[in-house]
Amino acid sequence: MTRGLILYALMALLLLVTGLTQGWSVTFTILNYGLVSAIMALGVNLQWGFAGLFNIGVMGFVALGGLAAVLTSVPPVAEAWSAGGARLIGALALGAAIIAGPIALWRRLPKGKSSGLILLAYLLAGFFLYRWVFDGAVERVEAVNPASTGYLGGLGLPIIFAWPLGGVLAAGAAWAIGKTALGLRSDYLAIATLGIAEIIIAVLKNEDWLARGVKNVAGLPRPVPYEVDLQQDPVFLERAASWGIDAITASSLTVKLAYAGLFVVVLAVLLILAQLALASPWGRMMRAIRDNEVAAEAMGKDVTRRHLQVFILGSAVIGIAGAMMTTLDGQLTPGTYQPLRYTFLVWVMVIVGGSGNNFGSVLGGLLIWWLWVMVEPMGLWLMDVITSGMSEGSWLRGHLQDAAAHMRLLTMGVVLLLVLRFSPRGLLPER
Amino acid sequence: MDPLNAIVALSNFVLIPALAYGAQLALGALGVTLIYGILRFSNFAHGDTMAFGTMITILSTWGLQGMGVSFGVLPTALLALPFGILGTALFLLLTDRTIYAFYRKQRAAPVILVIVSMGVMFVMNGIVRFVIGVDDIGFADGERFIINARDFRDMTGLEEGLAVRTTTVITLVTAAIAVALLFWFLNRTRTGKSMRAYSDNEDLALLSGINPERVVAITWIIVAALATTAGVLYGLDKSFKAFTYFQLLLPIFASAIVGGLGSPIGAIAGGFVIAFSEVMITYAWKKVLGYMAPEALEPDGLVQLMSTDYKFAVSFAILIIVLLFRPTGLFRGQSV
Repeated sequence: MTRGLILYALMALLLLVTGLTQGWSVTFTILNYGLVSAIMALGVNLQWGFAGLFNIGVMGFVALGGLAAVLTSVPPVAEAWSAGGARLIGALALGAAIIAGPIALWRRLPKGKSSGLILLAYLLAGFFLYRWVFDGAVERVEAVNPASTGYLGGLGLPIIFAWPLGGVLAAGAAWAIGKTALGLRSDYLAIATLGIAEIIIAVLKNEDWLARGVKNVAGLPRPVPYEVDLQQDPVFLERAASWGIDAITASSLTVKLAYAGLFVVVLAVLLILAQLALASPWGRMMRAIRDNEVAAEAMGKDVTRRHLQVFILGSAVIGIAGAMMTTLDGQLTPGTYQPLRYTFLVWVMVIVGGSGNNFGSVLGGLLIWWLWVMVEPMGLWLMDVITSGMSEGSWLRGHLQDAAAHMRLLTMGVVLLLVLRFSPRGLLPER
Repeated sequence: MDPLNAIVALSNFVLIPALAYGAQLALGALGVTLIYGILRFSNFAHGDTMAFGTMITILSTWGLQGMGVSFGVLPTALLALPFGILGTALFLLLTDRTIYAFYRKQRAAPVILVIVSMGVMFVMNGIVRFVIGVDDIGFADGERFIINARDFRDMTGLEEGLAVRTTTVITLVTAAIAVALLFWFLNRTRTGKSMRAYSDNEDLALLSGINPERVVAITWIIVAALATTAGVLYGLDKSFKAFTYFQLLLPIFASAIVGGLGSPIGAIAGGFVIAFSEVMITYAWKKVLGYMAPEALEPDGLVQLMSTDYKFAVSFAILIIVLLFRPTGLFRGQSV
């Protein structure tokens, strides 16, 4: 307990020092992304720390959250809906029906080579039928004003509703993956999640009708006021003057603080729920399953079902965080989702923070995100020191200074390896 | 109806590229499967090991080119390959001594080793980006084609051209040599047999006086050779880019698992299964079908089952199907 308080105080001090030396605007940006990362780490901790499930498809769930942000907040494109919306939805339903068919039929068909062939023929025919309906619809939707829309748009709701929806989307994907891969060995689940994450990103990049693909959706609505509006609000201007800071800085800080406030609320709610879950009989059962699956099964626990449950819950938390991150970005850019940044970095957070301990994961999220951001200026500074003796314009000097940007991955790897070697239970170990 | 042109088009766009890609995947999957068999964990740093080996090879290639050495019509990188293998082997042995050995002594759970390999992956990825950057690097020199498309058309009088690239032939020949050497080593030499014994039953192997550290060290050296060769061949065939190599992890793991983790023959078969399905499903069949079908039935679409960006989905789908119906892979691998 005291250890936790000390470490959190040190984290606060770290942010304070960053604020005093680098400016508060930078610090609040770091804090906001740190809070989002902390929620992602909480989700991974649910799966890994509680249940020992090895999910390295975090990126995919984060991206689904981002998709939810677009689908909720952007106004619907009426023209695209009338051009091909109904046919598109019909095509998707048809596709689902075609896939559902053999699952229902499989058990009724007599075993043998011929039934396999029938199934294959059915699937192939179904695929071409689906593509025929689907491609036509996509063509029409994407032809609607492609420079600015070319997609169906969203629901036009306030973006805050995207957060729960992101959780629901991620949970749905987790259900599908869990149903197929959870009964298998642990490293098969890892590969399966890695694969599904890549597929989700590929879908986001290519299906322009859904969220404009690599053309990105920019200018998402915000749950907090815009800086420009604040700067024209006389009440706000007066208050800024009374604080003694100029209006532009004040408005930017206010917006960032407002985000931070929202994120802290979500984080607090999820953290309390996770803590309650951990202390409940359900949490004890999860840990029992994690520590000895065979014994837990012998005690009558349905291991596969419990695994599926916690896998869905953890993924939903990651999805919520993903939607929050896209809200903070104000845009969905599928091209920027990279596994090293969105999957493996979150894992570093969980391991460094202390797997199995919710407060540890949150701390890991904040700390590792801070480090991730700060390594680059530190690396540049280091390179400046190293290269200060070299002649101006020498090849090595230029190369070293360019390469400073890549210090991040190296540092994260070294931090992960050091923690695993010397403090494998993390900064805040599980009790 | 023009079956001859159809066959040529099919070979040019599907069979030959898939054969080369399959050979590259097979070499990569062999490395993964060996580590799994001997060290008993899934090595997530494998893609980056390939990138690391290729990086050293590229640097040596530049060094050789700087000294004016060339390999005639063949790419200089083949001369530089031994240096790449040597550098990678030294690096892997170093990571084993400093990192993996500790967990082996502790008899840590495989999943801990997987997480450790994630850390190694970060470090290697960082080093590669640090040294050579993130840009696309082409390092193939020498003759580009053995037969180029126009010569082929002139020679045969067919409408379709068949281009045979030097890198394709080099890939196939090198991969065949590497696989032959590997199997000779595993099946005929004393050390190779001790490796197989260790993989089959660790305790029994230890009991009969096999030195585990020696087996592990030799495994890393072989893995370095396989990964570097796979990486260099892939780089010669396409181009070198750190991030692409990281992404190769998925098809490589899919190949190893489809074939059965721990089974070398399975890894090779898996590599070709994955490569052929990826290429065939993402290829636009319009041309081939156009030659095959009677004119009235010629397709007007591209007849592409899936866009090339979904190639990961193909390896993934095959992986899932195999796992559901035959969890130990095509050639009964091990399971932990």
